[in-house]
Amino acid sequence: MSADTSPAIELRGASKTFRTPSGGLHTAVRGLDLTVGRGEFVAVVGPTGCGKSTTLTLVSGLEEPSEGDVLVAGEPVSGVGDKVGFVFQQDATFPWRTVLSNVMAGPRFRGVPKAEAKAKAREWLARVGLSAFEDRYPHQLSGGMRKRVALAATFVNDPEILLMDEPFSALDVQTRALMSDELLELWEGTGASVVFVTHDLEESIALADKVVVMTAGPATVKQVFDIDLPRPRKVESVRLEPRFIEIYREIWESLGEEVRITRERGAANVA
Amino acid sequence: MSPDVIPEDRVVPTAAEPGGKTDRAYSRARAARKRKLGVGAARVLLLVAVLGLWEALSRAKVIDPFNFSMPSKIWDQIYTWVMHGTALGSLGEQIWFTLQEALLGWIIGVIAGVVFGIALGRITLLADILGPYIKVLNSIPRIVLAPIFVIWFGLGPASKVASAVVLVFFPVFFNAFQGAREVDRNLVANARILGASDRRVTLQVVIPSATSWIFTSLHVSFGFALIGAIVGEYIGATKGIGLLVAQSQGTFNAAGVYAAMVILAVVALVAEGLLTFAENRIFRWKPSGSDS
Repeated sequence: MSADTSPAIELRGASKTFRTPSGGLHTAVRGLDLTVGRGEFVAVVGPTGCGKSTTLTLVSGLEEPSEGDVLVAGEPVSGVGDKVGFVFQQDATFPWRTVLSNVMAGPRFRGVPKAEAKAKAREWLARVGLSAFEDRYPHQLSGGMRKRVALAATFVNDPEILLMDEPFSALDVQTRALMSDELLELWEGTGASVVFVTHDLEESIALADKVVVMTAGPATVKQVFDIDLPRPRKVESVRLEPRFIEIYREIWESLGEEVRITRERGAANVA
Repeated sequence: MSPDVIPEDRVVPTAAEPGGKTDRAYSRARAARKRKLGVGAARVLLLVAVLGLWEALSRAKVIDPFNFSMPSKIWDQIYTWVMHGTALGSLGEQIWFTLQEALLGWIIGVIAGVVFGIALGRITLLADILGPYIKVLNSIPRIVLAPIFVIWFGLGPASKVASAVVLVFFPVFFNAFQGAREVDRNLVANARILGASDRRVTLQVVIPSATSWIFTSLHVSFGFALIGAIVGEYIGATKGIGLLVAQSQGTFNAAGVYAAMVILAVVALVAEGLLTFAENRIFRWKPSGSDS
């Protein structure tokens, strides 16, 4: 079966153009080629506002490409599929649902019987350490705890593909490192393929097997770096290793240029 | 004052441990209670002063007691209505009649408003087609429809229910519409990723997030429903408080008009209280409504 041998995600010459409110056209992504293997953790870094998030919405099926193909498990994406999980940058927990009910939402939406959904949700809540908080509402939790709820709510659907859009950018530095470690732990048991978008190079190297550097918008792939750091990793300690620093320097040479271009463009727009 | 009458506070001081901190908490609690009492007393005093002045001026014939009546007469009127019934039958029956019409009109108006509001908020094509018509309908002062409804539906309750419905529908509709439009896009995207169908998104994401918008309109709109019912009755009816007002006016009984107003105010306040109670139960998930 071809579906078993094909990569988890494949973008072939994908472009996305939006119509701006003023009537103009804005190209967020242009001619994007990207392949993510099964079980691979890919981090996408690029200057702010370059179209990284758009790449994720194309893979998720929330948006369709204007040109080119997006394939998930060898099949062209049409609409939101059931293989995909998405962790958003902002809080996307349902404020009127309790923690347990939030984690149950995915299975319930997909027609899993209530008792079974509850059991699965409890299992994932235990894994993210929130069993004692299942009756709370999201506003009663800290930012880090809400992120854990979001992770549990995503993992409970057993996604083959996990898309993450700067999921930890709103958290403080310590919580962030902790959450990164937890994410690695959770992911290692699932064998899901991950696309993790971030503008933090350190985070991307610490987490990923492969770091993709995007150009200043419209985004396209500039360079792909393999990260040969051994797993399992601990985010706090891995960043002190000499090899980590070496990789960091190498990628920053590529990324720094794009950041500079974006910054100059911004300055030109202001002037 | 003994500590056991102190309103519940985080630090309830006990006689056994008179530490400096609890002393301060105690005096703070006492000051808060004092203020509450002061405000209450001032309120009562204001009411007594206004009513007393009215009564005094009226008795001294500074203002015409026939036209302006006086609190004691209004009280007498209420007492008579309560004990001996009105010219139309018992007072309870009149209140019940008006309340029934208002309640029925309110329920129909709210349901229609919510259904149309959510539907138009979700289906852009529908909103684009119907938008201008809704604006035109909304710009009509809807109270003038009450006479038309009396012509259409006769003197019975149906015409009052109809005027209550048109008054209630628009505020509820606009709020539901706005609520459906303002739903957090992230929440909708998240629900879709998690596997929700369009119907589920509407029922489990759009409607819950629109409820706070809808509830603000429910408070106002129950008042509107009462207005609709009363005006309908005033124009032509066989029973109800509005008719009581019309009859009192017809016999130059100013006290009767005031008495009906007092009764209406009480009815409206009770309804408002019930609504707030329901709201607090429903919005336990909101930060302000919770206590932990």
